[in-house]
Amino acid sequence: MHMATTVLDRTRTLLAGNIAGERIAANAEEWVASATALHGAGARLLTLWGTDDRDRDRCFRIYAAWLHAAGLVVLEHAIEDRTHPTYPSLAELFPAAGRMERAVYDLLGIASTAPDRRGWLRHNGWPEDVFPLRRDFDATRQHAVQSLPYAYVEVEGDGVHEIAVGPVHAGIIEPGGFRFSVVGEKVLRLEERLGYTHKGVARRFQGMPQASGHKLAARLSGDSAVAFSWAWCAALESIAGVVCPPRAAALRGLALEHERLANHLGDLGALGNDAGFAFGLTQFSRLKEDLLRLNAEVFSARYLMDFVVPGGVAADLPRLASDRLYALYAHLELAAAELRSIYDEHAGVQDRFRETGRLDRDTAVRLGALGLAARASGIANDLRADHPWAPYDRLDAQSAGQNGGDVAARVQVRFDEIFESLRLCRMLLAELPEGPVRTAVDAAEPYGMGIGVIEGWRGPVAMVLETGPEGTIRRCHAHDASAQNWPLLEYAILGNLVPDFPLINKSFNLSYSGQDG
Amino acid sequence: MFDVLSRMVHTGILTDASATDRLQQQIRSVLGRALCIRQVDAGSCNGCELEIHALNNPYYNLEGLGIKFVASPRHADLLLVTGPVSVNMEEALKRTYDAAPDPKLVVAVGDCGACGGIFGTSYATRGAVSNVIPVDHTVPGCPPSPQAILDGIFQVVRSQL
Repeated sequence: MHMATTVLDRTRTLLAGNIAGERIAANAEEWVASATALHGAGARLLTLWGTDDRDRDRCFRIYAAWLHAAGLVVLEHAIEDRTHPTYPSLAELFPAAGRMERAVYDLLGIASTAPDRRGWLRHNGWPEDVFPLRRDFDATRQHAVQSLPYAYVEVEGDGVHEIAVGPVHAGIIEPGGFRFSVVGEKVLRLEERLGYTHKGVARRFQGMPQASGHKLAARLSGDSAVAFSWAWCAALESIAGVVCPPRAAALRGLALEHERLANHLGDLGALGNDAGFAFGLTQFSRLKEDLLRLNAEVFSARYLMDFVVPGGVAADLPRLASDRLYALYAHLELAAAELRSIYDEHAGVQDRFRETGRLDRDTAVRLGALGLAARASGIANDLRADHPWAPYDRLDAQSAGQNGGDVAARVQVRFDEIFESLRLCRMLLAELPEGPVRTAVDAAEPYGMGIGVIEGWRGPVAMVLETGPEGTIRRCHAHDASAQNWPLLEYAILGNLVPDFPLINKSFNLSYSGQDG
Repeated sequence: MFDVLSRMVHTGILTDASATDRLQQQIRSVLGRALCIRQVDAGSCNGCELEIHALNNPYYNLEGLGIKFVASPRHADLLLVTGPVSVNMEEALKRTYDAAPDPKLVVAVGDCGACGGIFGTSYATRGAVSNVIPVDHTVPGCPPSPQAILDGIFQVVRSQL
């Protein structure tokens, strides 16, 4: 770490959360200098958000959080110009910040200095001078949608034409806009337009009782319900000074690994199908269903939307659940091993997987890739291994890694992670601590800030919580690693054929809802 | 190849015929042919989509019943819509509805599609699907199980008898 000459050595305070972190106040100059130092030190941008604190101390604030070797760093910059709040853009250093800054503007009217001023979350569904996260926003009002075209970047040249896709896609998929510029079948450029599933989650959180925030958190991205609700609870518990009982922590771990397994099994089936191998879909979707049905038995729900609650988990495992779980793990392990060798040896499938949608390591680093997609492009990163929190602090979780960066590599990472998850599940069950599965969490003190960061199946999800008076939520910012990883897809597709897009897209399988918020 | 065949034989047929045969008969008697469904995510958290996907796994085997998910609303008998309807998807949902031929059956799936769910109505959401397009049937649940979604499809098909 060579950050000695910067503000990072001054005025730091500890940050509440499930992994070690620091919070540093910065003026506009220090904001850029610190970000530059963090960039130089190889830190990866986790998320960026803003707040309207005019009611407290007459200013807006912009925050950014990074992951680095020692844990989390949060920079906090108070903006005193209340009429035209502006801050220096970080997008030159961290390209993923560009869309996050546009989202901050749409919700708060705090502008970065970046040139791209197109709405990101605001698709003209509310007026341009209305900012939903401002304290004086009238939440009872609804506005008519103004139908206006979006200014996609145009590519010109001989034989270039455009293919417009979405927002409604041809399949059971979330909505989003894709604009391909192609020559023949080759993709010259892909531009994404997201935000279609924006549900105003951050506004919904505001004023909500702390005791029910986990329910909304779980519904940011349904396929990552455990990760988000855990991150939320971790943030709240860290502010309230509550330690989740060891048995509850282990059960949370079990639930998170089940979520990872379910998604990886589903994706591996869908990837086989997109490569023209329907057998893979049948086999893997069956295994996923077996897992979900056992979830319904042992966790009382197929998808664990409301399992992680403040202070622990909603219920203990029923008696004799262990035997059923061990039997399921053996069944999944055997079948996944057999299917892996079938995939590996199938010439047609491998022909579609290999060298398709390749994202090289340098590009992935430059774009700030996180999670599974980064691991497939040679970037070792997994919070369960790098910054383990309970129960991972006693499991020695192994991060998967591949260097290929193509669809095949993202398939292999999923296979590796299935086997590692099964190992972790067995360990968690075998060493399940005795004791309660939930402890009381009293209303946290107002104006506390905490961050929960959990390695979901796609990558880290983060929940930043600021408490309000009388057990309410003052501000909550949710972030899914999809925000960082959506731009990767725009690069991975370059030079590939349009018909390979569904396969490449599936190999990332990013969340629309998680990024739209 | 031998591995693939051996795995198929070993897996066998998993479909629960008792649960699905009745639905197949109803669809045949009402439509006289396959039921074509266009799924529209109008702003969901993707939880409902996971369970709609599950309908195509070998346990439910929806395609085996003659129900298929189609890529265009113009080919659809029924729209399966998840919500809450985001403001940003309002126009796309209306256009999809307009593009579907009669009888334009609409099933709103999930608590959010049925009533707005935890998101309710706000500057960013219109809440229930029925606030934006006419709805014939709702399937509550968060997310509803595949069986509940099947039952919902069954109910709306039967209502056309």
